[in-house]
Amino acid sequence: MDSDRPSVAAAACADATIVIVGAGQAGGWAAQTLRKEGFAGRLVLIGDELHQPHERPPLSKAVLAGEAAPESTRLMKSDAFEALALDWRPGARVTRIDRAAKRLEMADGATLAYDKLILCTGGRARTLPIAGADAPGVHTLRTIDDALVLVPVLKPGNSVVVVGGGWIGLEVAATARKKGADVVVVEAQSRLCERTVPREISEHLLALHRSNGTRVMLGAGVTRFASDNQDRMVVTLADGSALTCDAIVIGVGLVPNDELARDAGLACDCGVIVDARCRTSDPDILAAGDVAVTPNPWAGRSVRLESWQNAQDQGIAAARSSLGLEVDYQPLPWFWSDQYGMNLQIYGIPMSSHRVVARGVPGSGSFVLFYLDGDVVKAALGPNAARDLRFARRLIEQRKPVDAQRLADAGVPMSKH
Amino acid sequence: MTTQWIDAGAHSDVPQDDVIGVAVDGRQIALYSVDGDVFATDNICTHGHARLCEGFLEGHEIECPLHQGKFDVRTGQPTCAPATEALRSYPVKIEGGRVWLAVD
Repeated sequence: MDSDRPSVAAAACADATIVIVGAGQAGGWAAQTLRKEGFAGRLVLIGDELHQPHERPPLSKAVLAGEAAPESTRLMKSDAFEALALDWRPGARVTRIDRAAKRLEMADGATLAYDKLILCTGGRARTLPIAGADAPGVHTLRTIDDALVLVPVLKPGNSVVVVGGGWIGLEVAATARKKGADVVVVEAQSRLCERTVPREISEHLLALHRSNGTRVMLGAGVTRFASDNQDRMVVTLADGSALTCDAIVIGVGLVPNDELARDAGLACDCGVIVDARCRTSDPDILAAGDVAVTPNPWAGRSVRLESWQNAQDQGIAAARSSLGLEVDYQPLPWFWSDQYGMNLQIYGIPMSSHRVVARGVPGSGSFVLFYLDGDVVKAALGPNAARDLRFARRLIEQRKPVDAQRLADAGVPMSKH
Repeated sequence: MTTQWIDAGAHSDVPQDDVIGVAVDGRQIALYSVDGDVFATDNICTHGHARLCEGFLEGHEIECPLHQGKFDVRTGQPTCAPATEALRSYPVKIEGGRVWLAVD
């Protein structure tokens, strides 16, 4: 026995139990990684949804458009999922973590002992604290079930008001336009996606939406929702004007589901705080995905990354870490959004202190903006430039000084930097 | 069954240490050139229906442009998430300046 690594021995032995709370993308990847790494013990996967682990990006695009079945988003085909031999508990909810007893209390009154616990509880759609926010006809979009309710609403002759000009709101708007619905996007800030992209990209998104027939109102607050007497909804704006529509979709961000962790006394700060080994302040409890707040060297601080990449890669990392394997999770953040056939990608975290170098013409269909600290590229983003951005990722990761003038020259292939 | 060799194009059309997509006998094929050797796999990623010829070749690994899953171009085996299912790979020979694929 290797007595220096008791956690490895405990977690890897066949009578150990690892419980994953949250059966989304992070939880699904944690489960399949544990088996791939040889964990032969009891593996419990608890999800409050009834669906198998799946990827959420299509829920605001192909699934919402009615073009892809919800099952198409599954992480694993049925036989691969079966082969994991999980104790899978769909539609189940944990009410409390008893850390002293290393036991979960379930909503149905049962208890469940664990040796290692991985929290992949994700988040829920934020709502607005205004009158009418819980009325029928007011929607949010986070889950498969949310998407399926909206599918029949998005059609010619119907109108939709999207509250929030962030990623979810804009993707819903793009899908609704594609399906022929009239769309108004109401954004409280002065530009779109203000929290995550620089002004040039906000302007690009604004032009894209307007040219596709979406009405975008910036700096517009919403004060109440109500239904009129003919099955339609009325959105009242801060200036007193009103919009009438068939459905309202609120896309104003995500609330991390960190209540279980907080109630159990784990360190939290708008999410569950973990280290680069995905460990919370309790070494037997790990966290991954949308709910985890992780130190990130590329951001220079701790961040909660709400992305497809993070859900997958941190789920894998947490699973490996729970087995005592070496893990140093410090990903270069990578994010994308698809709207009206445009693919926007972002690597790294653009900061106002960075020098901006443009390759191609901002505002045109395809360009890249690089964010430099001195001569080193720290972040890059742009629409319809996936291949150039993939080379940019290598530049960022290599931390190699670049010649900014050559970088800006679209005649010099990105592979030559 | 005897192996059937199918002409997939001119060897000189496969750029050094890069990837191109070709249509061969109704199949979408990606041809890779690594250190002077040519390899061939199906061109469509087993995860997300993207074209690998638009991906990123580094050494013997092709990375899908959509989700950055990776495959070993020599065997088609997945090497990085989210890819979990192998690509079909094809034996290759170079003859008369042409790339030939073995197809059953």
